[in-house]
Amino acid sequence: MNSPRTSVQPSDLSAVLSERLFTQGSLPRYAPGVTLAAAIVVGGVLHLSGVASGLAAVAVVVLYAVAIYGWSLAVEGARKAKNRVVTTVVTAAFLLALLPLISVVITVVGNGVGRLDVEFFTYSMHGVVGEGGGVYHAIMGTLLITALATVISVPVGMLCAIYLVEYAKGKLGRAITFFVDVMTGIPSIVAGLFAYALFALIFGPGVRMGVMGAVALSVLMIPIVVRSTEEMLRLVPAELREAAYALAVPKWRTIVKVVLPTAGAGIATGVTLAIARVVGETAPLLVTVGITTGVNMNPFDDRMATLPVFAYRQFMSPGLPPEPAIDRAWTAALLLVAVVMLLNLVARLISRLFAPKARA
Amino acid sequence: MAKRIDVADLNIYYGETLAVQDVSMSIEPRSVTALIGPSGCGKSTFLRSLNRMHELIPKARVAGKVMVDGQDLYAPDVDPVAVRSQIGMVFQRPNPFPTMSIYDNVAAGIKLNAKRMRTSELDEIVERSLRQANLWDEVKDRLDKPGTGLSGGQQQRLCIARAIAVRPDVLLMDEPCSALDPISTQKIEDLITELKADYTIVIVTHNMQQAARVSDTTAFFNLRGIGQPGQLVEIGDTATIFSAPANKATEDYISGRFG
Repeated sequence: MNSPRTSVQPSDLSAVLSERLFTQGSLPRYAPGVTLAAAIVVGGVLHLSGVASGLAAVAVVVLYAVAIYGWSLAVEGARKAKNRVVTTVVTAAFLLALLPLISVVITVVGNGVGRLDVEFFTYSMHGVVGEGGGVYHAIMGTLLITALATVISVPVGMLCAIYLVEYAKGKLGRAITFFVDVMTGIPSIVAGLFAYALFALIFGPGVRMGVMGAVALSVLMIPIVVRSTEEMLRLVPAELREAAYALAVPKWRTIVKVVLPTAGAGIATGVTLAIARVVGETAPLLVTVGITTGVNMNPFDDRMATLPVFAYRQFMSPGLPPEPAIDRAWTAALLLVAVVMLLNLVARLISRLFAPKARA
Repeated sequence: MAKRIDVADLNIYYGETLAVQDVSMSIEPRSVTALIGPSGCGKSTFLRSLNRMHELIPKARVAGKVMVDGQDLYAPDVDPVAVRSQIGMVFQRPNPFPTMSIYDNVAAGIKLNAKRMRTSELDEIVERSLRQANLWDEVKDRLDKPGTGLSGGQQQRLCIARAIAVRPDVLLMDEPCSALDPISTQKIEDLITELKADYTIVIVTHNMQQAARVSDTTAFFNLRGIGQPGQLVEIGDTATIFSAPANKATEDYISGRFG
């Protein structure tokens, strides 16, 4: 009789033991399904009796959450009941976030697939009125301008990131980081107006060139490249730099030959995502590059067509009859979505294929 | 080409904080000097000040003299890169370059510095360094595979091969076995004993038996108190330090009565 527990009477003991079991009540596996079905039925009835479909969907989620909470609380206890409610909320939020994406893809594919023909890829809009025509000129324009923007932003952004990670100390570094953050938030139309103002100062007002668009896109791209490169460079272990220094490798060679190759895959992924981010920009190209109906392969002279501006133009001023132009706009939009998706896939591929491998 | 190191009144700082105070010692060529002492007493900091790696940490600085065969490492016109080409270093955690093959890792000191060299000559250096590091037989058939694919012990021997491929005069080792199993440790200790014939070796270790096994001279570092800088308490013949230390703190530390 050296502890209070041993003094419990035998009849109490079994009660105490039964409270300390590892097992507890649990809902049957079909419980969530049944509850959801019931909630949907109620929602359906609400909808039929005149409630708007969106509101009915919200009612289904709320009803399900309340019902499963009550049921689980009665059978399983408070912790599991809370778990079920939070699971419901997380799943509902996920579906809500997915909804616009799925809707956009379905709409764009549904409307755009009609004009996805050979003519669309091989013809420009030169002399086209009404049906037919293509986006060859816009594809070329987008490729050229985006490539130029990449050529401008990647060196600037990478060198800036290298400075920040490897050399910056104190105020200048912090100031640059701050302004890069500010740049990340610049509205794209402001970037466009900046490029327009810059070139108007040099070449006079009314100037239109592909390279202006590239400069505007660079303003948007540089902070993304700086940020992603910076993060990748910071991931390179300090031990690798020390290993190189200990071999009497100068700092700049250490950066070029050890740090950059180690971070290479990550940097390439970041650059690809930055391209994906700007390839669909419309506003800055609208004010700098404008639009044209014919092929212009010279980004240093006159207007060029680009896919986003093309889609915008075809939609805003379709002419008569409007249907062929609207169809072209949808297909251009589909093309843009596909390009962005492709760039994202390429980014994933790069990071998978070229990352330093741990195993032989 | 092993070199003698004489340290006089060395004070090592991190910003305003004095980390190691008034160290004076001599390190003999072709010998192994072990630095022992509790964590945070400045052994590694001292070691890193011997090839000017300490100053890579922002705001870190050193005052005092480190003479290597009569040249002051901290004289104003000394190029730290030139210093490091003669004083190599092996780190606590194996750190092969992940983008390079085993071969390229060993050749890194030469390739990264863009020294021009015939392939046959480079092959020879790589093979010699790997043989010296007792790694050649294990990797000779997969020299083109990534260095990070090796086991921890092999990686550490690869790092040693990399360090000796550039033929330094002094080899600094910062707890080279602390991340390794006893068998790999044994191999590296054997290697240290072999390398002693050609190099001046300074090794930081937390393993007293290791210090007793591999070193000729042992230096005991200690903190005077919490928040105080580390100091060199005692340096002497390893046999003497472990059998009849002059200082009470040394005796307490090596016999496990520390703290």
